[in-house]
Amino acid sequence: MDFWTLTNAVASGLLIGLVYGLSALGLSVIFGVIRIVNFAHGEIMVMGMFFALVMFRWLGMDPLLSVPLAAGLMFVFGYVLQRVVVSRVSHLPEHMQFLLLAALAIMIVSALLLIFGPDAQGVEVDYAWESFAFGELIIDYPKMFAAIAAVIVASLLLAFFKYTTTGKAIRACADNRMGAQVVGLNVDRLYALTFGIGAACLGAAGAIILLLFEVHPYLAPGYTLLAFVIVIIGGLGSLFGALVGGILIGVSEAIAAILFQPSMKTAFSFGLLILVLLLRPQGLLGKAAR
Amino acid sequence: MTSLRLFFDPLAPAGLWLGGAFFLLLLLLPYWGGSYVMTVATTVFYLALIGQSWNLMLGFAGLLSIGHALFVGIGAYTAAYLFAAIGLPPIVGVLPAVGLAVLMGLLIGYLGFRFAIGGVYFALLTIAFAEFVRVMIDHASWLGATEGFFLKVTEADRHSVDLVNLRGTPEMYYYLIMALALGALVLCRYLLHSRLGYYWQAIRDDAEAADALGVDVLRYKMYAVAISAGMAGVAGVFYAFYQNSLFPEIVFNIERSIEATLGSIVGGVGTLFGPIFGTFILTPLGEIVTEAIDLLKHWQVIDPETRLDGLKLLIWGFIVVLIVLFKPRGLWPWVCGRLRLIRTEAES
Repeated sequence: MDFWTLTNAVASGLLIGLVYGLSALGLSVIFGVIRIVNFAHGEIMVMGMFFALVMFRWLGMDPLLSVPLAAGLMFVFGYVLQRVVVSRVSHLPEHMQFLLLAALAIMIVSALLLIFGPDAQGVEVDYAWESFAFGELIIDYPKMFAAIAAVIVASLLLAFFKYTTTGKAIRACADNRMGAQVVGLNVDRLYALTFGIGAACLGAAGAIILLLFEVHPYLAPGYTLLAFVIVIIGGLGSLFGALVGGILIGVSEAIAAILFQPSMKTAFSFGLLILVLLLRPQGLLGKAAR
Repeated sequence: MTSLRLFFDPLAPAGLWLGGAFFLLLLLLPYWGGSYVMTVATTVFYLALIGQSWNLMLGFAGLLSIGHALFVGIGAYTAAYLFAAIGLPPIVGVLPAVGLAVLMGLLIGYLGFRFAIGGVYFALLTIAFAEFVRVMIDHASWLGATEGFFLKVTEADRHSVDLVNLRGTPEMYYYLIMALALGALVLCRYLLHSRLGYYWQAIRDDAEAADALGVDVLRYKMYAVAISAGMAGVAGVFYAFYQNSLFPEIVFNIERSIEATLGSIVGGVGTLFGPIFGTFILTPLGEIVTEAIDLLKHWQVIDPETRLDGLKLLIWGFIVVLIVLFKPRGLWPWVCGRLRLIRTEAES
């Protein structure tokens, strides 16, 4: 394997990894604040993909233009989901929460299957096959645009948590729920907002990733698992860790695809996950295990 | 009956009689049910066996596994491969199959518990291993890879009763899986009231306190994973010789792992009869939904041409959501209370 093959693989992995990172960010936000592992993660992301697909079919909208709409729609979905359903199980043991979200995930996949059927569908944008080159490093436009969009959304999210009052209030809930309640924060509303924001990340990531991959309902569990892997590698609850984990997985998958076979890449990620759990169970950027 | 009552002590007379009648009905099922009912009943017992194994880990020892398909799959592939490659009959092959499943369980347990990876992390570790093994088998051509691994069945096999090679009539499979599931129930009852079971419950309720009292937490957690994985491995061997075809996408699918948890959670985690009760509700329910859809199509209420692939699972998921929201302790404790099937709340 020569230098340029490797560089190309790394670059493409890096770009896709940023989108993965955005998606994992959605999982991390929800877990970090509400302490619930969102088992319907990939399903919500695939809903975003289908939304962007519909917008493309009906209005000829570029998936990247659907990003704000998909994010908004999924925000509402997440907000309502937390308010109406998930908040009712917060006092139940972990496995019940897991079951609830797994059941919701099954429902979403089935509903998508009823509406869109099992076949893979994609969008064909004008610039799908265009690319530019630095020496022998070739970068596709779709991948580059997707990565840029992912970085923008992720930056907006990080800025929201760092600078806005609501963002700070949500972080306060994450640090100490009781304390947040004592100083008069409406925790229930903030939790719903958080779930909404997490789901909005997924909607955005879904719309973006439609530029790169075709969509079908059974894609969802794979994305859920991928996000788990990324988030554990980066550190559950660490936002920046989710992005780093995403890039790491994107790059390692790309390298695995040229070293072994493309279909082996998931095994490679899971191997990486097991390694991280062995050497640094709290994740690369996570705080020490509690 | 008396010894039975001694064994399942909290059963009230009503529970004993109802349970007995139900058991008799099931025992005679091949005489009154058609082949369809028997297929469903076989699936129910198969899932009950896996549910019992999963429940042992979570309900007794507090360890959440969401990759239970892994242990079932390892059992299935091991026994099937040994049978096809060197003709080892499954009655012997079950030993290496269970052995490998137990080893895998111990490996995951050791990785998880040595670093005190608890709760969510441990659950994700189980699913990660399940996926890892699935992708590995996807690429193992000697196990058929994605093309599937098949066991030969002759027409004569279907009319014989050969327990050594697990070849025979549907009735044989039905009674076998029934015996295995009931065996698992008895084993769990025994374990729950043994010294080991009390250690598990102490660890489940408060691992730190148990540790402080001198319970070797790591060791007993490992026992729980090992026994649970072994039981799932037995279920896998049955699966392999009942289906005669193994596909990694099906055997190790994450949906299989979720399926393993559903019955127990619906029935009631940590209860003895919960897993079996839950599967007895869920599986027939799924079948009823399918039948109802077919009937509606037949009567032209809905257009027969419509594809309703997802509808069954949609309804199923909805029912599970309702149960989680309104009966989070499971249906078995509730039904027990209603029908006075057990004497006290003693059954934990």
